[in-house]
Amino acid sequence: MIRHPLARLLLLLMLGFAACSALAIDPLPFADAKEEQRFQHLVRELRCLVCQNQNLADSDAFLAKDLRAEVFELMRSGKTDAEIKSFLTDRYGDFVLYKPPVKPGTWVLWFGPLLILAIGILIARRQLRRSDPATTESGRDEDGEFS
Amino acid sequence: MKAWHYAIPLLLFVALAVLLYSGLGKDTRFVPSPLVGKPAPAFDLPDLLDPSQRVTAESLRGQTYLLNVWGSWCVACAQEHPVLMRLAASGRLPIIGLNWKDEPEAAVAMLRRGGDPYTAIAVDASGRTAIDFGVIAAPESFLIDGKGQIIYKHTGPIDWASVESQLFTRLEGRQP
Repeated sequence: MIRHPLARLLLLLMLGFAACSALAIDPLPFADAKEEQRFQHLVRELRCLVCQNQNLADSDAFLAKDLRAEVFELMRSGKTDAEIKSFLTDRYGDFVLYKPPVKPGTWVLWFGPLLILAIGILIARRQLRRSDPATTESGRDEDGEFS
Repeated sequence: MKAWHYAIPLLLFVALAVLLYSGLGKDTRFVPSPLVGKPAPAFDLPDLLDPSQRVTAESLRGQTYLLNVWGSWCVACAQEHPVLMRLAASGRLPIIGLNWKDEPEAAVAMLRRGGDPYTAIAVDASGRTAIDFGVIAAPESFLIDGKGQIIYKHTGPIDWASVESQLFTRLEGRQP
């Protein structure tokens, strides 16, 4: 028997979290483990638009439940993963995908960080070369090695 | 190092501050619909008040109308309801309801309480049609023209100011 009130509270919280993770499981009639695996993989890549920071697999919103059923039915009717994703983006836009597609509108998103990194490296290299007169005087070359 | 080089970090900071500030207060729930400018999805659903009748996208062709997605379970829909009543009373734009995953009795009871602004109400019990329209959360309203094209989507409860600025301005030059 757990006596300490804090320990009781902790236990209650732990049990509560366990219940949360079990909520979003629908009794879908998977044919085999492979089909279930494909389904789970797919719904993890799709965003629940009601709760936005949850994927379709985790969300308990009724729209997410309907969309999981829709994804399952599309799988059953022989659609490929790409076809299922485009079914959803046709209706909800690219935002439904956790991984946005690479296209002109998302170039900044995909390549912006790399561009900024490249600019940073260039600036850093110029600064390092310029502000190191002591080393060049002592006979080091640009790579910082003694010649 | 030239003097103006010292201003670069400050400029970068200002640019970042402007970027972040512009994001403040933005409604993150708003997701632009890819369906605007495209033909409205087809539907063929029973009417709420007379289930022997069908409400179809085809039968609504030839007129501009507002498709309003609602449910009696939806709090924001009840908040929006008086605006729809006023819009219906104006006679400028017919409103077609899409009753989304609702109990028919509860839906009828809500209309009995607050009045019925709808010309017809399609019952989407399965939620299939709502998925075709990319509905995320009720209420949502789609302005559909006589050719069956979606010309505007309003997310969330519509207020009278938006009815005038977003709907009526788009009606100009079209048949009511």
